[in-house]
Amino acid sequence: MNEYFHSVRLDEEKCKGCINCIKRCPTEAIRVRNGKASIISERCIDCGECIRICPQHAKTAETDRFNTILDYKYKIALPAPSLYGQFNNLDNVDYVLSAFKLMGFDDVFEVSKGAEIVSDASRVIMNSGKIPKPVISSACPAVVKLIRVRFPKLIPHILPLIAPMEEAAALARKEAVKKTGLKPEEIGVFFITPCAAKITAIKEPLILNKSNVNGAFAIKDIYPALFQIMDKIENPEDLSSSGIIGVSWASSGGEASALLKEHYLAADGIENVINVLEQLEDEKLNDLDFIELNACSGGCVGGPLTVENPYVAKARIQRLRRYLPVSCNHMENIEETKKMNWDKTLEGLSVLKLADNVVEAMTRLNDLNELHNNLPGLDCGVCGAPSCRALAEDIVRGNAKKSDCVFLMREKVDGEKMDTLVPAPFRKGKK
Amino acid sequence: MSNSVKLHYDVSGEDFTRAGEASGNIKKVLKEIGCDADLIRNVSIATYEAEINMVIHANGGVVDVDIFPDHIDIVLADQGPGIKDVELAMKEGYSTAPDNVRSLGFGAGMGLPNIKKYADEMKIETEVGVGTTIRLKFYIK
Repeated sequence: MNEYFHSVRLDEEKCKGCINCIKRCPTEAIRVRNGKASIISERCIDCGECIRICPQHAKTAETDRFNTILDYKYKIALPAPSLYGQFNNLDNVDYVLSAFKLMGFDDVFEVSKGAEIVSDASRVIMNSGKIPKPVISSACPAVVKLIRVRFPKLIPHILPLIAPMEEAAALARKEAVKKTGLKPEEIGVFFITPCAAKITAIKEPLILNKSNVNGAFAIKDIYPALFQIMDKIENPEDLSSSGIIGVSWASSGGEASALLKEHYLAADGIENVINVLEQLEDEKLNDLDFIELNACSGGCVGGPLTVENPYVAKARIQRLRRYLPVSCNHMENIEETKKMNWDKTLEGLSVLKLADNVVEAMTRLNDLNELHNNLPGLDCGVCGAPSCRALAEDIVRGNAKKSDCVFLMREKVDGEKMDTLVPAPFRKGKK
Repeated sequence: MSNSVKLHYDVSGEDFTRAGEASGNIKKVLKEIGCDADLIRNVSIATYEAEINMVIHANGGVVDVDIFPDHIDIVLADQGPGIKDVELAMKEGYSTAPDNVRSLGFGAGMGLPNIKKYADEMKIETEVGVGTTIRLKFYIK
């Protein structure tokens, strides 16, 4: 397995080498090198913030080509509940689901159905007391990756259950085998995804030997075709079978409220998530039972591959929920929880360490601090690193040079003449 | 010793929203050095509590950290009112924090007890009207 695989891709032709993405990246995982953005793989958590911010649209998520569905005899679409929030005036999910069947899929299976079963299993695990509180949701793969690289001490708190997408895919395949008599591998299951992190979770799962999902299409890519087909549907098929609990997973707080516990926290937006994890690491949130964290603002409805504003989408889903029962899917018995367990244990990584040996790390840290003190502190990003401290860190790690800082270079070269050559805000002027 | 890592932070007593910055930075540095997670937690909690105390009671102060290969020394010094009765102040639940601070969830009387709990060694030097210096030691195993 390639543990540093990520699904965010760069279109080199479109990338101008500007500094928008390096500044936005929450894990300081991007540098501009040779005029192009480049990702430091082991730091990237696939949150997709760079996809969102790139003014050139040079950052994309590696989705599958639509005709890969033709590789399978029976094709199933697996729409994430966040998809339902993308359409105006939708009061019946069946329009969306029926459109998939007219688009070339043989069947459609709601991820929200899987979510309701995962909610059932989560309640069982929460009540068992086996996981130290507060239990942290494992549904957002970007958050799981963030914990793995920056907060490895918190790994034992993560709810060790598969995501609703995986549960839904397993059930969809099982049902299809029964219905068609085909072999499991002849059935293709495709997730309709709001984010890049889910694509990574499919292609290189961290906690499963192999994903149950065969491929993924971005909501924003499939949206135009879906919308056109939906517009022409007059009598949709009766396909939906999930309730408020499942559909609510689309936005922040949905998963937590489905646990029916009082003491929970739901944070969304990557900066908020990091802040909560810092507090959790310092044992400041020990009175909570459950912590739901979503890398995107608003939750999955805020995914970088969605179309609509997350809060608009959330409001639409609230409207849609009014007509739904509480829950339609349940575990048949408690034993089923075991089927939703992880295949592998999650191992922490220490990408923050400056060196493997403490003494060496301390020496580097001293060098880093000294370098940082000598840098101008403008955090201009012209060196290709997001901040002066990040440049200092790159230098001590051997990945950059002091001369990468234009301001240090200016001081080296004849002061007064150079001064007129730098941009106006940075000229020292005459004293 | 020349190969220790020295860190210095000024803790502002003016801006309560910035309380916790020094302990947050120290935590980041310890992660970069590759310290054990439990040690980082202990340092982080003890320093945070002491930092909050400086902001609440002493209008800020200074934090000096000295990291050696086998231990960490942290000195938190302020020029605040001093502690009248150290033994009483060390009791869990005893607090002299003002109401406005308590309304934010601080002032539960767990500050000093928590510092003692999480640090390997703790010394308090205090004089009423002059200030308080807390010296902490953590061993790197």
